[in-house]
Amino acid sequence: MEVFKYKKPLSLMSKSKRFGFLSITLIIFALATMFTKGFNYGIDFAGGTLIQVKYTKDAPIKDIRKSLEESKIYPGASVTYFGTNEEVIIRTKSSSGKLGEDVAKTISNTLKSTGEFEIRRVDMVGAKVGSELREKGLMAMLIAIIGILIYVSIRFEWRFAVASVMALVHDITITMGVLSFFSVELNLDILAAILTILGYSLNDTIIVFDRIREGIKDMKIHDLGVIIDESVSRTLSRTTLTSLTTFFVVFTLWMFGGEIIHGFGLTLLIGIIVGTYSSIFVASPILMLLGFSVENYKEKQAEKRRLAREREKERALYENGVL
Amino acid sequence: MKLNYRVVLFAFALLFGIVFSIPSLIQSEQGKKITLGLDLQGGLHMLLGVKSEIAIDSKMKSMAAAVKYIFDDEEIIFDDLRLNDQKITFELLDNEDLLKAKKLLKEGLEGMAIIDDNLKFTITMTKKEIERTKKNAISQAVDTIRNRLNEFGLAEPTVAKQGQDKILVEVPGIKTPADEQRIRELIARAAHLQLMAVDEDRISRVDTMNSNEAKSYGDIILDDVKTNQKYLLKAIPVLDGSMLTDAKVGFDQNNQPVINFTLNSQGAKIFGDFTAKSVGKRMAVVLDNKVYSAPNIRERIGGGRVQISGSFTISEAHDLAIALRSGSLLAPVYVMEKRSVGPSLGADSIKSSSLALILGFLAVIIFMVIYYGMAGLIANVALVGNLFLILAIMSMFGATLTLPGMAGIVLTVGMAVDANVIINERIRELLHEGKSILKAISAGYDNAFTAIWDANVTTLIAATVLYVYGTGPIKGFALTMSIGILASMLTAILGTHGIYEMIEKKIDKNKLGFWFGIKKGDK
Repeated sequence: MEVFKYKKPLSLMSKSKRFGFLSITLIIFALATMFTKGFNYGIDFAGGTLIQVKYTKDAPIKDIRKSLEESKIYPGASVTYFGTNEEVIIRTKSSSGKLGEDVAKTISNTLKSTGEFEIRRVDMVGAKVGSELREKGLMAMLIAIIGILIYVSIRFEWRFAVASVMALVHDITITMGVLSFFSVELNLDILAAILTILGYSLNDTIIVFDRIREGIKDMKIHDLGVIIDESVSRTLSRTTLTSLTTFFVVFTLWMFGGEIIHGFGLTLLIGIIVGTYSSIFVASPILMLLGFSVENYKEKQAEKRRLAREREKERALYENGVL
Repeated sequence: MKLNYRVVLFAFALLFGIVFSIPSLIQSEQGKKITLGLDLQGGLHMLLGVKSEIAIDSKMKSMAAAVKYIFDDEEIIFDDLRLNDQKITFELLDNEDLLKAKKLLKEGLEGMAIIDDNLKFTITMTKKEIERTKKNAISQAVDTIRNRLNEFGLAEPTVAKQGQDKILVEVPGIKTPADEQRIRELIARAAHLQLMAVDEDRISRVDTMNSNEAKSYGDIILDDVKTNQKYLLKAIPVLDGSMLTDAKVGFDQNNQPVINFTLNSQGAKIFGDFTAKSVGKRMAVVLDNKVYSAPNIRERIGGGRVQISGSFTISEAHDLAIALRSGSLLAPVYVMEKRSVGPSLGADSIKSSSLALILGFLAVIIFMVIYYGMAGLIANVALVGNLFLILAIMSMFGATLTLPGMAGIVLTVGMAVDANVIINERIRELLHEGKSILKAISAGYDNAFTAIWDANVTTLIAATVLYVYGTGPIKGFALTMSIGILASMLTAILGTHGIYEMIEKKIDKNKLGFWFGIKKGDK
């Protein structure tokens, strides 16, 4: 079976302005949502207590709220369904440092009248740990980006590195914007998903860039736009298909993986879609924009080869005992 | 068909993968296997902070007790021994004792700065000693908590220092909330035992006295553990739990559980001397600042055997004895982060993530065969090999599988097959260009390699950062993903290449649809 048959190069570069406009609009929307709506920080980052309760029948969410309110132990506690109608999550902003304090027991006693249930999970994160985790998370993202920047610079050229990192930032920004828009709870696993996108969405960009690198070397054309069009079209099936296989598994993870990794799956799902789009339509135009010149690159490569040859020659002379 | 080094290597890898993943798959008792993380098997994860400042307080207290003991032993007369704000002060009464006292203090008190002014002494802790004491309090807390959990009889608890001043505690396999509560109380227990003299001269006024007044007499007011009764005690204890060698649960004449403990020789001597001097007075057994009993001393008690009674239940007495045996916590600990997962939730998580893994795996496998024909099938062989290899490598290292780790495996399935998609697309492209099958395969692998390599390295960079900066479950995710990517280099690139090399002569160039999923003669 073949879906993407290469016949002639698509003229993408001539349309790059349109995609640029789309991307910039998306980014502005994402930033606007992030700044106006903010994030729904989970307890990992904000600190607090989370209790997961499973009832034998449908959870009486109104009774639960009422019992909690009357008991006044956790003022401002929120109660939401979790996955099914039988399970609820109780979230509070408070956390206690006392080892002996038994949240599960307190909740059990408070909810006694609401029916038969089992407390399945109690997570408590102190405010200090929360802010520490948040700092660590930002740090991790920064270090990953710098690492990728350095690696791509070494393997390709600095403009490739900057273009791929800009595409990455594009992907992450839009993904975070969607997370903010849907008020997805930000926890450590979401951070892990975002870092995975960092690594993964780059995969597609690299497949395209690898082909451009090859095109520059093999094709007799000096017009970067033509090379890019040719390379992107040639790799179109690869970029889409690799994303598609990953999309399959992430989709099943999101659908069937259970409520706890639901957010994780969703984040990856968005990241893969945006990442594939940016690899095809965004990364290469940025390369153009940064003023990458095929001639310059070729000269530099030729210079490199020449130097290597000279060194080789010198070594040969040295080994023959001439020098 | 011809064997080549690639296919041989792949076969070995596959064999290794299958053999070493068997113990994990059938969950056998023998052999190295993957342990399930707390989020999958249920358990308690805690990050504890240590109030190391308190360790300095209690160290100063025992220093004050040492001063008293040294002077009493050498019959040096002193007065007004006090401990305020981590500062010991007292006054010598006899000028002739000055030199001897200074010498004794210098020898007896380590890490203390001793200043004397006109027979008035001030003792404080040196800066270096403060640092050392704080550090010591943390490492001692780690050891103590580990000992307590081990004695409690739990399977494989983890207790480790994290960062400068935090302690990570992980206890898998807790069945009920009541057990969890017991474990937390056992960890939290300071188990600070003190034997203190009752201030018999002033105790009659204890109910009207406030703590400041008591302090002015060098006393302290403590409550009884069960009743509201108050005791006025000398603030500087006769001795403390550091001189305890053993603690066991026993029963008294009324068949009530009690704790019998034994003191070391120094403790026994101090205790013997004290009881000899204090016949007719009371001595309080104080645990974590609560008075458990205050019996009358009828005669000198030698041998260093002491009993705590206090209407315990048997399990309370049992846990308390463990806490006393494993030593007191020099500084109290508090919870910074706590996560507890019930066993049923863990089982549910395994079920749903396994379902996702199987469905995702099937979707990829079916897609590959439909889209690429035989080439897809070959990629699938590599994919299965990859799964086994991940499991085998994790088993060998005894790695922990967490819920995000399961997600990592699912994700790796999608990513490992990427390499084969890239290779197959390259081969198709070359076939469309009219290259021979042999040429298309070898050039396809050559050309695809750099792209796959660069793509995998960047993903590995992100995974490594995740591993370094992540905690617990996230580390598990980074680990499975890294192992998966590395293993995929062996299976998806080397392995499939080997298979092609073995069968490439048999590939019919008129059946490209069957072999590579492209139409014959398509250009």
